Amino acid sequence: MKDFLTGNEAVAWAARLSRARYIPNYPISPQTEIIETLAQWHADGQLEADFCPMDSEHSVMSAAIGASATGVRVFTASSSQGIELMHEMLYIAAGLRLPIVMVNCSRGLSAPITLLCDHNDYLGMRDTGWIMVNTQNNQEALDSTIMAFKISENKDVLLPSVVNLDGYVLSYTMEPTIVPEQGVVDRFLPSYRPTHAFFDPKQPMVQGIAVLDGVNYTHFRKQVHKAQLNAKRVMEKVCSDWRKTTGRHYGMIEKYEMEDAEMAIVTQGSVSTTAKAEVQEMRRKGMKIGLLRLRVMRPLPKEEIRNALKDMKGVAVVDKNLAPGLGGIAHSEIRDCLYDIEEQPIMSSFVMGLGGKPEEMKQFAQIIDMLKKDMIDKRGRVRFV
Amino acid sequence: MIEEHKIKYEGAKGVPVIRETGNATKVHTGLWRTERPIIDYSKCIKCKLCYLYCPVTAYAWTKKGPACNYYFCKGCGICAEECPVKAITMVKEERC
Repeated sequence: MKDFLTGNEAVAWAARLSRARYIPNYPISPQTEIIETLAQWHADGQLEADFCPMDSEHSVMSAAIGASATGVRVFTASSSQGIELMHEMLYIAAGLRLPIVMVNCSRGLSAPITLLCDHNDYLGMRDTGWIMVNTQNNQEALDSTIMAFKISENKDVLLPSVVNLDGYVLSYTMEPTIVPEQGVVDRFLPSYRPTHAFFDPKQPMVQGIAVLDGVNYTHFRKQVHKAQLNAKRVMEKVCSDWRKTTGRHYGMIEKYEMEDAEMAIVTQGSVSTTAKAEVQEMRRKGMKIGLLRLRVMRPLPKEEIRNALKDMKGVAVVDKNLAPGLGGIAHSEIRDCLYDIEEQPIMSSFVMGLGGKPEEMKQFAQIIDMLKKDMIDKRGRVRFV
Repeated sequence: MIEEHKIKYEGAKGVPVIRETGNATKVHTGLWRTERPIIDYSKCIKCKLCYLYCPVTAYAWTKKGPACNYYFCKGCGICAEECPVKAITMVKEERC
């Protein structure tokens, strides 16, 4: 079914088609419409799930953990301050290895308070152990949410996933979106049958145990690390399965006009589409410019990034986020990937679109001009555009 | 280039879950104790209050009266506090 859906509706469809059985929720702009849509379906009897409004986001994630620990498929959604309020529980979800799927409609963090989009809330999760996917359009948000269940529930992974879509830019913007048939999703995503964490009075188990020594703690954290490394392989497999099912393919990174490029722009999220349009424009003028979109933040696809950028002369990393005193977050992560190569490209950080500051096509031409200046000076800089 | 340190992935076995029930009997909570309850049986009136109040059921009831299992006793001192005839005194572990 092809329909005209907002990002929020697309994601709500994904949760419904994935047959999530427990949906704890708390509304927050710009993701409220996800909860609203699911609530309407629940009231109409179209959604076969326990739909539980909670008293805060901390409770939402706590309830999600409790439910997932009994062995049901759990979905929830949040944003910005909500993610920060549930932050304590995010580590617990990953540590207990519960395959919860959450959608984050990214929004800048207070103070000063804002409702518009930037990625600091999403990237604040990067050390929690969650699998992190950032999407560029509503179709990808829908597809990624369904795929996230399959990746998370794989026995070699068993980690929670967050799917990010840009608040308002995607979450409240309508786009033509293909909603797959229920039968297609059912075949792709069988029901969740956990072997590690479930409720069965005949096989009692204790979850959330204390380990009062560093040796055991390190062991379990290492297992989370290893599971993240496994997730790369699993993700590739799930993405190729999805391609076979629907014909739509998503990689860990997306390369656009990168074949003979000498300079590259690196982006995340919906701004990538704007940047691609300007790359096309610059290509028409004969400039050898490409774009790399970082779709998956955790597990970070180091090899793929290194191979894509190792022959570049200059790289402009566009970050819709800020690590104060450092620059863009993806900038330092991508620099890390290129540490081991012989001739490293000049890499500059461009902090763009913070708190929903408008991003225009022509700004990318300016970014390339500034990058060229840095390449002459042979040193990367941090700039706000 | 940083080599990924070889770590064995244990899958579902590497998840922090305990499937064995009743394992509290194996936990040597007596190691936490800094003060030990010492019972003076000449004062004891066998009222069983120490036995009833002990939060970790470290006391057993014997013919002689209360008997404290120091493998589990954490030395909280509730028994000494509740004893109506002050037959139990808390003694620093290093003096025992």
